Amino acid sequence: MPDDRAIVLDRLSASLDKLSERTPYPEFAADAATPDALRGRGRALFAKRLAKAKTVVFETPQALGDYLSEHDAAIGYCDPDLAPLLRPWLGPNVELDLEFDHGRVNEYAFGITRATGGIIETGSLILTDSDTSNRLGALAPWIHIACLDPAALHETLADAITGMGDDPNIVFVTGHSQTADVEGILVHGVHGPGEQVCLLYDLALPEGHGDPDQ
Amino acid sequence: MNRQAVDAFASGLDSEVRQAIEAGTARVIENRSHTLAEDYSDLDGLRQLAGQVRQHALDHLDRYLPQAERRLRDNGVQVHYAPSADRALEIITGLVRASGTRVVTKSKSMASEELDLARRLADIGVEALETDLGEFVIQLDDDHPSHIVAPIIHKTRRNVADSFAKHGLGDFDDDPEVITRRARRFMRDKFLAAGVTITGANFISAESGRVAIVTNEGNARFGLAGADIHIALAGIEKVIARDRDLPLLLSLLVRSATGQRISSYVELVSGPRSASQPSGPREMHVVFLDSNRSRIVGGQTREILRCIRCGACMNTCPVYRQSSGHAYRGVYPGPVGTVLGPLLKGEDGFGELADLARASTLCGACGDVCPVNIPLPDLIARVRARSHREGTVSGDAGIPSMGGYSLIARHPGLWRLAMRFGRVLNWLPLRQLPLGVSRAWFTSRTLPRWRGGYFRRWLRSRKEGQDA
Repeated sequence: MPDDRAIVLDRLSASLDKLSERTPYPEFAADAATPDALRGRGRALFAKRLAKAKTVVFETPQALGDYLSEHDAAIGYCDPDLAPLLRPWLGPNVELDLEFDHGRVNEYAFGITRATGGIIETGSLILTDSDTSNRLGALAPWIHIACLDPAALHETLADAITGMGDDPNIVFVTGHSQTADVEGILVHGVHGPGEQVCLLYDLALPEGHGDPDQ
Repeated sequence: MNRQAVDAFASGLDSEVRQAIEAGTARVIENRSHTLAEDYSDLDGLRQLAGQVRQHALDHLDRYLPQAERRLRDNGVQVHYAPSADRALEIITGLVRASGTRVVTKSKSMASEELDLARRLADIGVEALETDLGEFVIQLDDDHPSHIVAPIIHKTRRNVADSFAKHGLGDFDDDPEVITRRARRFMRDKFLAAGVTITGANFISAESGRVAIVTNEGNARFGLAGADIHIALAGIEKVIARDRDLPLLLSLLVRSATGQRISSYVELVSGPRSASQPSGPREMHVVFLDSNRSRIVGGQTREILRCIRCGACMNTCPVYRQSSGHAYRGVYPGPVGTVLGPLLKGEDGFGELADLARASTLCGACGDVCPVNIPLPDLIARVRARSHREGTVSGDAGIPSMGGYSLIARHPGLWRLAMRFGRVLNWLPLRQLPLGVSRAWFTSRTLPRWRGGYFRRWLRSRKEGQDA
């Protein structure tokens, strides 16, 4: 008895053999759908695009510390590599969990993880499995803070997609979680963060950070 | 009297539902047009390009599908082929059973609607939760989505608040923000408790095996952070040739679906979580669903498989807006559903939904907005022709015989005669004719007075005048 795979592939071949000609692959630039108005480069433009996409941008750790105290964000998850670098800027009452505790998922006001890159065209942050210390930490708390080295920017969506290495989970994050399911009214913070923050600052992480072999 | 099923459904539609759909579709049409007009000076060129990229992948699916399978396996993914929806159900319920979990989270997937997956999982005693807010409301109400992007476009906030109150999710409160917060609170424990998460796939790249998943709510991301096993269910037509096709297709998909330039989350998943990652699936499965797609791929209506599920055709369709998605009696409403619905039913089931192709004015709006340039009006006409050729009863219901017209149109002498005596129609009591078809026609339309027959005479006299 032929297996499922053989059934599907045989049916496909039989069906496609009926075509007198097959559509060739068109020639086009990978960034053909990047609007001219959204092209450009540079950190300042990226910061502007992030803000337009409803991502709150800070360019110093001090500003981030101030933001967290203004929001009374006292307990959060933090990437263990980032914690010592950010600690001096956070108030003395801010508690950082370096391991994500499922039992505290509703207590965490914020999560701090690293972003791998950014996309200027869309004002997106790029998160990957290799740089995100815990997927839940970047997702479950109301505030997510992505720390991004401003050197890691892609100009277009096409650059980002074709330029990413092998990572099993790449997420382009543009603004906060949102829905318009109920009467088309936009509400933020459905299952993911209600506030997306980016600390656009080179924290000078030591070489090999986040590498499991190190 | 409405002898066509879609007409009959539309005539009984609650006015509140009609208004909700009208408002919902109008909003998206406006956002879509605004963004596309602002961004692209040659939108038609881009639509044609995207159509060609999709058609290329479909025309070479016998090469790209096995290639995608190889890449996925190289990435540590287990790949399954499902010749039918029943077989897909068997595979998925088998995987869920073997995992031992009692809770499954699910994000939006039209293929899973074809399987009625959440209900079938409930049948085997598994709590299978729809995590997209709209789909969650549908599940609470034991309803069906009426739109492929906005599943509860037919419901008002009061309807949703009623459902939440009825199911113990707080007292009646129809503030969308309160509704959303309640769903958030309820769902997060489920995300963490679930052993399996099921997603669809917007695209699967044959080049890298990357599965692209687009959401705004973050529900697919949470599913992929909480569960141990990820099952992605995808129609075989979701395979695209290369990663470099993604920027083009994603850009047009999101702009066409909601008018955004990119959705909040675009996730590219190519395998189980990496070794250093503490959260997320250790095991990933991709189930490729055929269910008559392989038959469509080499047929007369094959362009329909280009569809990237943006919903623009239904938003713009005057019939959809007056009748709601439920009138289409299947998973895919609107113009795309009038073609895909009967075709996905296969040879034996085609007739069940063949009447849907009649639910179109052939105004052409759907073809004009399609981001992958599917010639929808042509395809609708081809489905009509097929149903007529095959003598499909449902497809011809309420359709008058065109034999008389055909005879006149083929004989110039008869045609001239008919034009000359056409004014007789003005004196005949057509409304009183005891014919079902004419009764149905006259209950909703007014026949203008016959004023024809002069054009040929005018043209002839003009030519004579010129010659002179």
